[in-house]
Amino acid sequence: MQFWIIQGLNSLSLGGLLFLLSSGFSLIFGLMRLANLTHGAFFMLGTYFAAVAMRSYTGLNIWVTALGAGLVVAAIGGLFERLVLTRLRTNPLGQVLVTLGMSFIISDACLVLWGGDSIPVPTPPNLQAPTRLFGFVFPTYRLVLVACAVAAAAALYLLMERTRLGAMIRAGVDDRQMARAVGIPVSNLFTIVFCLGAGIAGAGGVLGGPILSAYPGLDADMLPLALIVVILGGIGSLMGAFVGSFIIGFVYTFGTALFPELAYIILFLPMIFVIAFRPQGLFGRVSA
Amino acid sequence: MKWIASALFAAFLLSLPFFAGDFYINLASQILIAAIFALSLNLLVGFGGMTSLGHASYLGVAAYFSALLTSRYGFGHGAAALTSIAGTIAMAALFGTIALRATGLGFLMITLALSQVLWGLAYRMSNVTNGDNGIAGLTRPAPFGISLDSAGAFYWFALIVASFAFLMMAIFVSSSFGSSLKGVRDQPRRMAALGFNPWMIRWITFIYAGFWGGVSGLLFVYYNKYIHPTSLSITSSAEALLGVIAGGTGTLGGPVVGATLVLLLKNYASAYIERWNMLLGLVFLFIVLVMPTGIVPGLSKLATRFRK
Repeated sequence: MQFWIIQGLNSLSLGGLLFLLSSGFSLIFGLMRLANLTHGAFFMLGTYFAAVAMRSYTGLNIWVTALGAGLVVAAIGGLFERLVLTRLRTNPLGQVLVTLGMSFIISDACLVLWGGDSIPVPTPPNLQAPTRLFGFVFPTYRLVLVACAVAAAAALYLLMERTRLGAMIRAGVDDRQMARAVGIPVSNLFTIVFCLGAGIAGAGGVLGGPILSAYPGLDADMLPLALIVVILGGIGSLMGAFVGSFIIGFVYTFGTALFPELAYIILFLPMIFVIAFRPQGLFGRVSA
Repeated sequence: MKWIASALFAAFLLSLPFFAGDFYINLASQILIAAIFALSLNLLVGFGGMTSLGHASYLGVAAYFSALLTSRYGFGHGAAALTSIAGTIAMAALFGTIALRATGLGFLMITLALSQVLWGLAYRMSNVTNGDNGIAGLTRPAPFGISLDSAGAFYWFALIVASFAFLMMAIFVSSSFGSSLKGVRDQPRRMAALGFNPWMIRWITFIYAGFWGGVSGLLFVYYNKYIHPTSLSITSSAEALLGVIAGGTGTLGGPVVGATLVLLLKNYASAYIERWNMLLGLVFLFIVLVMPTGIVPGLSKLATRFRK
C-alpha cells in the first residue's frame, strides 16, 4: 500500500513539474504557431541556476531562487524572441530550426560552465521532514510541489480568462489577423507570451531541482515529455496541458517503477491512442 | 560542357583510392553515407514538405538491428542486412501511420517524440542494446568473398551503394509519383479534389525515405564497426536536417553538398575544439538567418544571372 501511495505522490509531483514545463510550451505554440524546442533548455537553465545559486549561498530560499531564475530565463527568452525570432515571422520552419539551434547552444554552454557531473539541488530545510497523514508518510517537498503546480495553473487560468492581457492573448490565438485589425499589438503579445512561457519553465526547473538535480542532458530528457504532454492534451490548451501532464506523470512514474525496461514504450502509448482517435488532442480545438 | 564535367567528377570519385591517403578515403566514405542519409531525408523535407526531426530513427534502428543480429544471434551479414531493412521498413510504416495523422509542426513534434523514445530505449534497455557502452567488435560484410576491411575497398562499396541510391531517388522524384508528391506538398486540397490520396502518397514516401535511411544505417554500422545511442539522438537527426537545409531542400545535389559540408565541418572542427554541439547550433542560426534557401539554389540563381 505504501508503494502505491508513494508512487502516486511521485506521479503527481512529476505531473506538476511537467505542467510548469508544458503550459508555457502550449501557450507559445497556441499564440505564435511556434514549436519552441528551446523549452527543455530553458527548464535546464533554471535547474542549473538553482544548483549554482543555492550552493554558493547556503540557506538561500528556494522560492526566491525560483523567482530569480524565472526572471533571468524570461529575459533570455525575451532577448532571443526579439533579436532572432521576430526576423523569421514568415518562415515557420526556420523558427523551429532556430529554436533547435538555440537549445544546442544553451545545453553545450551549460556543459562548458558547469561540467559533466550532476549537481544536486538541496531540498529546503523546513520541508525536509516527512509529513504524516492518515498513517502514511509523505515526502513534504513533493506535496508542496503539487500545490505549487496547482496554484500556477489557477494563476494562469485567471490570467487568461479574467484579465485584459488574457483576453488579448485569446483573441490572438483565435484569429491573429482580426486581433491586429482591432488594434491589439500582436507582436508585443508574442514577446510577452514567450517571456512568460520561458519564465515558467525556468522557475519550474528550479522547483524540479531537488527531485531531478542538474545534469547535462536534462533538457533532452524533459523536452520529449513536454512534447508528448502537449500532443496528448491538445496544442495551445491550458486545460490540455494540465490534464496531459498528470496523465504522463502517472504513466511515466508507474511505468518506470513496474516495468523499468519498457517505460519509454509505455510512455508513448497514451499519445498514440490520442493521435489515432482524436488527432487534435484531448482538449485541443484545432488539429496540429 | 556539362557532360565533360560530370565525366571528370565520376573519374575523380572512382580513382580517389589510388591517389588519396587512408584518412581522406575514410572521410570520403563517411561523406557518401551522410549523403545517402541526407538524400533520404530530403525526400520528406524537400519533395514532400514533411519536416521530420526524427530521421535518425531509421539509420539507428537498421544499424542496431544489424549489430544485434550479427553479434548476438549469429546471423550472416546477408540475412542480417535483409532482416534489418525489413524491420526498418516495418517501423517506418508504423511511425508513418502515427506521424501522418498530423502535418506541419504537429508532424515535426511527433517524429521528434518518437525518435526520442527510441533513443531512450537504446540507452535504458541495456540488457539488449548494451546502453551507453554501445555495441562494439562488429565486422564488415564480405560480398562475393571480397573483404571490405581496407579503406579503399569499403569506399568503392559505399560508392556503388551511394550511386545506386542517388539514381533510385532521382528516378523516384522525377517519376509521375514524384510529381504527385510535389503536388501534394504544394496544393494538398487540389490534389485531393483531383482524386489523388494525399495521405497515401505521403505514407509511401515516408516508407521509401525510411528504407534509404535504413540503407545508410547499414553502411554506417559497417563503416564504424560500432554503434552507440548517440546515432539515434536528436543531434544526429538535426545534423542531417542541417545538411538538407544548408544544401537546399527539394534539389538532388543540395543535400549531397550540405551533408558534405556538415561532415567536413564536424571533422575539422572537432580537431580544434570540443564544442561540436555549440558550433552546430550556431551554424543552424547562421544558415536560417543568412541563407534560408540553401547553398545550391543560391549558387544556381547566381549562375543563371551570369549567363544572362
